Amino acid sequence: MQWLDALVQGILLGGMYAQYALGMALMFGVMKIVNVSHGDLVILLSLVGISLASSFGLGPFTVMAALVPLAVGLGWLLQKAVLNRVVGEDPLPSLIATFGLSLALQNLMLQIWSANSRSLPGGGIESRSIQVGGIHIGLLPVIVLVFAVALTWGLDLMLKRTRFGRALRAAASDVEAASMTGINPRAVYAAATAIAVGILGFAAVFQSLRSTVAPADGGAQLIYAFEAVIIGGMGSVWGAFLGAMVLGVAQAIGFRIDPGFGVLAGHIVFLLVLATRPQGLFGRA
Amino acid sequence: MSGAILSTHGLVARYGDFQALYGIDFHIDAGEAVALIGANGAGKSTFLRAVMGLLPVAPDMVRMGGQPVGGTPADRMVQKGVAIVPEGRRLFSGMSVQDNLRVAVDQADRLGRKGGWSLARLHQLFPILKEKARTPVQSLSGGQQQMVSIGRALLCQPRVLLCDEISLGLAPRVIREIYAALPEVRAQGTSVVLVEQDVGLAQSASDRLYCMLEGRVTLTGPSGSVTRDAIGQAYFGGSHAVA
Repeated sequence: MQWLDALVQGILLGGMYAQYALGMALMFGVMKIVNVSHGDLVILLSLVGISLASSFGLGPFTVMAALVPLAVGLGWLLQKAVLNRVVGEDPLPSLIATFGLSLALQNLMLQIWSANSRSLPGGGIESRSIQVGGIHIGLLPVIVLVFAVALTWGLDLMLKRTRFGRALRAAASDVEAASMTGINPRAVYAAATAIAVGILGFAAVFQSLRSTVAPADGGAQLIYAFEAVIIGGMGSVWGAFLGAMVLGVAQAIGFRIDPGFGVLAGHIVFLLVLATRPQGLFGRA
Repeated sequence: MSGAILSTHGLVARYGDFQALYGIDFHIDAGEAVALIGANGAGKSTFLRAVMGLLPVAPDMVRMGGQPVGGTPADRMVQKGVAIVPEGRRLFSGMSVQDNLRVAVDQADRLGRKGGWSLARLHQLFPILKEKARTPVQSLSGGQQQMVSIGRALLCQPRVLLCDEISLGLAPRVIREIYAALPEVRAQGTSVVLVEQDVGLAQSASDRLYCMLEGRVTLTGPSGSVTRDAIGQAYFGGSHAVA
């Protein structure tokens, strides 16, 4: 029973990681950019959300409704002001720029919110659970998983069925050829980053509901997102989702083996995938 | 020349320190087909890339309807009515035939480009593209991929279509099939610039030709009246000629 419990809890944890990973997969898929500031953006949005909630007495889903458009705007601005200047065939400039941005964001957050940990009050939602066949299932992790599935499904549908999705896929395949059909690559990039950071708006609310956040926490979120994307296969949204599930399950099983082994178990699975199947479990060779 | 839909004036292009084009003067009129011939490395593809806005050039070096457009990014050149069938086809791999074509339809709609090309019309021109609509483009034969590439460019509703080596690597039967489509393209009033290594094919499919050698135009004249000897001299070097 405890292994079944680990599997269920791992899948629920994977829902959180999927929300970190989707945006990273999208940005990598379209622009070949690994956004090192990804985790810091989650934390920044979390802290903004917590401040909004405490200043205006907002509930978590009202905070989400405010935070997601804000995140979309932030992503668009990030691409227009920074990443469009460094995106290109050489991945190094964007890596350096986003690393610099990560440091700047961490210091900015320390300046505004100090190093203290904070969380978003959820009005009890964070502690409610149901019991199914002897396994306790938290309501919040289920909501997180439902949002993760909906976001992945929605993103996949958008990529396959819409004009904008086709433009994104074309730019991801061959950006110069895309420009030859009338696609403005920089506009497509800005929209892709807007969506990627917009998804972090959801992740930020859930992250600050399920645990505390502090300005220095971004690194861990970045690593989980990165590992999920690598495990699943770079550039595929369902691959990122499934990679997040694998990471979550690996951590949950590792935690059952030894409470100190959970995170390490995820890293080991990540390294094993990297060594044996670098294109990811669900990516094409 | 005064009615040229597209022209270049002393067009110069570089790849870093390497100068690839040395002052190319070129023009094409509405509905005309002009061939660019020359050996490998003559600068033909570079010329098309420079016109398309894929290489930095000065504004006055490329003109459309007399207006300077040199250095305009490729997506805006599409908006102005120029489309390209690039060397190597450059299809969007991982996407189906239909989606590759719909990208061009989407953008033509977005950019407000109106014209006579639709998916249905394209399927009449290349029926195989309808049969293979859901096939990933990477699974197609070379000739079928070339048809997608031509179709994608046509769906941009161009006034000027730039074709870069559309016969390269294809079987003679497929080349004939593709070239048989060009009269219908021209019948829409679309001007066609053909970069072609097969001199006979280039001459038969065009009204005028330019021969290039080492980044310079070495011969220009009506395709029907330029002699093989003149082309041979211009192609491989010798005195410059204008027929």
